[in-house]
Amino acid sequence: MENISLKINGKNVQAKKGMTIIQAAQQAGITIPNLCHDDRLEPYGACRFCMVEIEKNGRKKLVASCCYPVENGLAVNTKTEKVENIRKMLIELLLAVSPSGSHIELAKEYGIKESRFKLESSPEAPCDLCGLCVRYCTDIKKKNAVCFVGRGVDRTVALVPGASDGCSSCRECFDVCDAGKMVYLVDMLQEISCPPLKSKFYQNL
Amino acid sequence: MRKLQSTSDMEKLRKELLRKQDSSKSCISICSGTGCHAYGSEKVVSAFENELKKQKLEGKVEIKRTGCHGFCEKGPIVVIYPEEICYLQVKIEDVKEIVSRTIKAGRIIDRLLYTDLKTGKVVHESEIPFYKNQTRLIFGNNRKIESKSIEDYIALDGYNALGKALSEMTPKKVLDEIKKANLRGRGGGGFPAGRKWESVCNAPGEPKYVIVNCDEGDPGAYMDRSLMEGNPHSVIEGLIIGAYAIGSHKGYIYVRQEYPLAVENTELAIKQAEEYGLLGKNILNSGFDFTIKIHRGAGAFVSGESSALMSAIEGKVGEPRPKYIHTSEKGLWDKPTCLNNVETWANVPFIINKGADWFKTFGTENSKGTKIFSLVGNVNNTGLVEVPMGITLREIIYNIGGGIPNGKKFKAVQNGGPSGGCIPETQLDLPVDFDELNKVGSMMGSGGMIVMDEDTCMVDIARYFVKFLSQESCGKCTPCREGLRHMLRILDNIADGKAAEEDIKRLEELSEFVKEASLCALGQTAPNPVLSTLKYFRDEYDAHLQGECPVKVCKELIQYYIDPEKCKGCGLCLNKCPTGAISGEKKGVHTIDVGKCIKCGACFEVCNFDAVSKISGKERNLKELTYN
Ligand SMILES: Cc1cc2nc3c(=O)[nH]c(=O)nc-3n(C[C@H](O)[C@H](O)[C@H](O)COP(=O)(O)O)c2cc1C
Ligand code: SF4
Ligand code: SF4
Ligand code: FES
Ligand code: FES
Repeated sequence: MENISLKINGKNVQAKKGMTIIQAAQQAGITIPNLCHDDRLEPYGACRFCMVEIEKNGRKKLVASCCYPVENGLAVNTKTEKVENIRKMLIELLLAVSPSGSHIELAKEYGIKESRFKLESSPEAPCDLCGLCVRYCTDIKKKNAVCFVGRGVDRTVALVPGASDGCSSCRECFDVCDAGKMVYLVDMLQEISCPPLKSKFYQNL
Repeated sequence: MRKLQSTSDMEKLRKELLRKQDSSKSCISICSGTGCHAYGSEKVVSAFENELKKQKLEGKVEIKRTGCHGFCEKGPIVVIYPEEICYLQVKIEDVKEIVSRTIKAGRIIDRLLYTDLKTGKVVHESEIPFYKNQTRLIFGNNRKIESKSIEDYIALDGYNALGKALSEMTPKKVLDEIKKANLRGRGGGGFPAGRKWESVCNAPGEPKYVIVNCDEGDPGAYMDRSLMEGNPHSVIEGLIIGAYAIGSHKGYIYVRQEYPLAVENTELAIKQAEEYGLLGKNILNSGFDFTIKIHRGAGAFVSGESSALMSAIEGKVGEPRPKYIHTSEKGLWDKPTCLNNVETWANVPFIINKGADWFKTFGTENSKGTKIFSLVGNVNNTGLVEVPMGITLREIIYNIGGGIPNGKKFKAVQNGGPSGGCIPETQLDLPVDFDELNKVGSMMGSGGMIVMDEDTCMVDIARYFVKFLSQESCGKCTPCREGLRHMLRILDNIADGKAAEEDIKRLEELSEFVKEASLCALGQTAPNPVLSTLKYFRDEYDAHLQGECPVKVCKELIQYYIDPEKCKGCGLCLNKCPTGAISGEKKGVHTIDVGKCIKCGACFEVCNFDAVSKISGKERNLKELTYN
């Protein structure tokens, strides 16, 4: 594999061709905030926390580092004011949907306790729509038991009727979902046939 | 049908077809586009068929079902050749008279002609100001050919450009001609088509694909659909030529399922082209192979975005994907793919036939050729208009569109689909091209053009588009999904008079954020209607903060009021009011109980004395005082 050298936050970083910026950064010990990235899965580019500023041929641009492939001579900055402001806004918007969920850690890190935005109702179980569960179940487990339904603000994660029979015994998506949504969904399924399971998610409530 | 073996074979066929066409013979051409169809054009066609039989003219007069002429609001449109007499809004009852008076006796029926406010009746289609001020290169053939006839297309020099490309030009030469013409994409961003073709051509990987984007999900826009319905061969010819230049042997035409006539006519056109050997193996004996498949798309606005469209063709969910590697390198099934809009492809045969230099005589420095717009809203003549790039907005709206109806004043024009910007009167002399529209915060987009008169509330308009876009967002990325959600809430609050100055700041902040952080162009452009109205109509936002909707559209901020001076006490409004909010004695002054009024406006509509008015803001407080 061809070697690529680039700069991240001023530091020289070596990477292999075909890697994304986030992977190269991770390897160099630089963490970039992210919610929807998982090295086992195809880049997805949905949460936008991983946005960074790149400079190429003297032109600056904002890109999602989980999708952007490394290039020779690329200068990446993971913490400019612009990208930090984007992250703060993302945290506020997700806090408005739910006071818990995968974004909580980031909210703490950025010291954001409250959102300027409000919604009347929170969903039954928190979900940041990162799609890790859907992609894990579809691409790795090849079960197609979890899917998205609805468009725009109505988008939500659901179990596929008929395909989710094996969910109660698999439950591997519990590990990819930091938000607790999958625990909720699969337990709901279980509840129909047997008494509710006392899971991590409920204990946290 | 015979397979054509060479260009001279095609030339022979063309001569044969032209010989058969007797130009002195009468021809009744009836628009069968979607608009006219909805007005009952198919019934008019049968009525003509019956009437010709009855009057013993069968076989002596030809009937043609053409594609959309662009002036759909006046449909069904009937044009009688060779005189080119144009009758509008033709009904079944008119058919008998048209046959006996116009066809048989050569007399004109005034009542069915277009009436120009200044010059009176207009006989010929091309003299109607709506058409006269257009330059119909691409769309013009729609009305001359039967949409389901490949022979009509061939007779009008159709597939001549393909023959020329295959027999006289190398792929490189075709590519160079398109590059030289500086043809820019008509579907959105205006990316130079030649450059896109070149990158696909040079990208490693086989096979390469070419795709026609006929998704067209903008509300109110229908130029791509009308072109695909009316003249499918012009798009197919462009696609084959492009494929030849790029080195692709497989093409897709993505058509929205909800456009059944476009699907039907395209399917038929592909079949006809195959039968003539213009598609398939060894086209015109050139050694070049090319086939086309139709993909019927299930309609969502976002499906038209390039990566979403390609996912859908692959059989996956039609959602945008991040694409830092261009689809021209890794597109459909990760192979080099060239996606262009319907109109972009339809330009190609013209450029090959007449040359890049000819093409460049139309348009501006960096935007060459013509563009088809869908002109709608508060304008006298609505429809599809094709104009050279660089024409001013004023010329389109006043010369072609005939100005604003009911003596109202122009307020703004929104360009480029739901995420275009609103342009105010001060910019009416802006030359319309890709770059100029971007400069004022709007865009060419697909070519939607919505004209708004003085009675339009710009806050309400921004809210309308943001609502549409928030519903059409796929919901995948956080900025677009959540950002639009809150932008809409803020706009709702402004329209309801529940917002403060800081909400506008927040709205601006969110707009910039959604633009910068969203994954695909839907989110990246969605704030345009908000940002442009904030820029040009800020005073209207400020008025709403003060509790006033200046044009009295936003329901929460208005009140209906009966002027005691003007009220004659006829009682009409009292009878019409659905909630019994109006009281008053016969011949006495009537009043509205604000508590019971649901603001339906029934009283306002019905009053013959202009006594009912809408009041908003300060005026409202004053009038409320005088009530007590
Ligand atoms: C939300 C969205 C919807 C789109 N819809 C269409 C469409 O209906 N038709 C179209 O040709 N392009 C559409 N586009 C633009 C396409 O992504 C793409 O740029 C275009 O088809 C390329 O062709 P062109 O270069 O010939 O314009 C859309 C883009 C976005 C972001
Ligand atoms: S359920 Fe969990 S893993 Fe699935 S999308 Fe929501 S937050 Fe992500
Ligand atoms: S409509 Fe006007 S004029 Fe007529 S009765 Fe009502 S208030 Fe009086
Ligand atoms: S991690 Fe890159 S967009 Fe979510
Ligand atoms: S459909 Fe007849 S003019 Fe448009």
